Amino acid sequence: MYSETVMEHFKDPHNAGRLEGANAVGLVGNAACGDILKIYLRIENNVVEDVSFETFGCAAAIASSSVVTDMIKGKTVEEALAVKNADVVAALGGLPAQKIHCSVLAEEAIKNAIDDYNKRRGEQ
Amino acid sequence: MSEQRKVYLDHAASTALDPEVLQKMLPYFSVVSGNASSQHAWGREAMAAVDEARERVAKGLNASPNEIYFTSGGTESDNWAIRGIAEAHAEKGKHIITSAVEHHAVLHTLKALEQNGFEVTYLPVDRLGRVSVDDVVSAIRKDTTLITVMLANNEVGTIQPIREIAREAKKRGVFVHTDAVQAVGAIPVDVKELGVDALSLSAHKFYGPKGIGALFVRNGLKIGRFLNGGGQERTMRGGTYNTPAIVGLGYAIEKAVRDLQKNAEYVSALRDEFVKRVLSEIEYVDLNGDVGEGRLPSNANIGFRYLEGESILFTLDLNGIAVSSGSACSSGSLDPSHVLLAMGVPAERAHGTIRFSFGKENTFEDVDYVVETLKQTVKKLRAFSPLFSARGGSNV
Repeated sequence: MYSETVMEHFKDPHNAGRLEGANAVGLVGNAACGDILKIYLRIENNVVEDVSFETFGCAAAIASSSVVTDMIKGKTVEEALAVKNADVVAALGGLPAQKIHCSVLAEEAIKNAIDDYNKRRGEQ
Repeated sequence: MSEQRKVYLDHAASTALDPEVLQKMLPYFSVVSGNASSQHAWGREAMAAVDEARERVAKGLNASPNEIYFTSGGTESDNWAIRGIAEAHAEKGKHIITSAVEHHAVLHTLKALEQNGFEVTYLPVDRLGRVSVDDVVSAIRKDTTLITVMLANNEVGTIQPIREIAREAKKRGVFVHTDAVQAVGAIPVDVKELGVDALSLSAHKFYGPKGIGALFVRNGLKIGRFLNGGGQERTMRGGTYNTPAIVGLGYAIEKAVRDLQKNAEYVSALRDEFVKRVLSEIEYVDLNGDVGEGRLPSNANIGFRYLEGESILFTLDLNGIAVSSGSACSSGSLDPSHVLLAMGVPAERAHGTIRFSFGKENTFEDVDYVVETLKQTVKKLRAFSPLFSARGGSNV
């Protein structure tokens, strides 16, 4: 049911855990629905210098979180915002139809984190 | 590197065919090739095997052979019993009573009947997953014809008070069907002692072949025909006899009932050791369902807080361990297990639930391996669970 890439990311997730020194956090999903994605970013000079995730969810949710952190690391904020759920699906070598929402959560978590960054910057 | 250990802990889903049963089945795939409905020697030989199997099934349930109908399995038996009884007695009334924790073979059949003017009462269960006999009695109306409640639950293993329900139902002229798919071969099942009018079973749950089951229908109970055809099963269920599978069912139930006590004691010892270790060696876990006599000997249903079940299932799978999950993510639906929700388990915890179901080929070494693997799995997944890192706090 899952692609090899999904299983690789699930088995050995990249950038998993909290991020010390994060200056933006994005949180989507809820526990009752069985999915929570939390993305931590450290943005410096408009570049995502470091990123990590914490995820409560299925293998697809964990793999989507892992791959999306790889995709935005070292990218500018604008490039990170341009990542769409379809890009996450493609990078994973596909997701089963009923798991596409996991890639949507990954896209939303990034947007949410960057919103948080912009909000914090505005408050400074 | 040594070969990875394989541990199958999903016996409630299906069991491996017993090699002795397979040997008994083999001639009926090739040597005994006749259609059991044919009149010649080939057919008579096949029919003799079908008759013998029917006697074995009847004996296994303390029923008469003419009360046993062969079906394709538990789902068909449930469909037939519920539709067949409800429709045959529709002139008396169109009200059916069931529980909230039934298998989908029952719940979806009832949903279909609701589309055809039947009314269904879904009784709640307590936190152990058990229906109250008083609730059943209170739900009985003048137009109630059928009560269908499972003998033992497939997810949490809770055993229902079917004997008491049947006794009350009988006084009030209401028929009782029980889905005994998880119970046969696991706990004693005697249709006379239970007092039920109909009972469903499936061979592959007790080391028999897949695709074969039976429906017990008490003599004298009016039930509608299930499949129109060539007059098989006393005209009630047409279709050529699946002779090898029927033979397999007969031998499987005979062996399962003969070895029941020995297997139940062994399997429950494995299960108890497993549960004891998980509860003492892993933090933030909950055992769902009853303990002791009120639960199937093979079943352990455990919630791992702050985790989602499918991620546990696949991590165990990568380590050669087969289990099933109460999470929605495993089934493709949005809601977690209807059984756990009916028991009052919060959705968040229901998502993190795993069913471990033990079988006679498991060993205490298997228990060691699964407990150790589970400890590593839970530690690994909780290390990046936002719910775990925020536990006690409020930042999620």
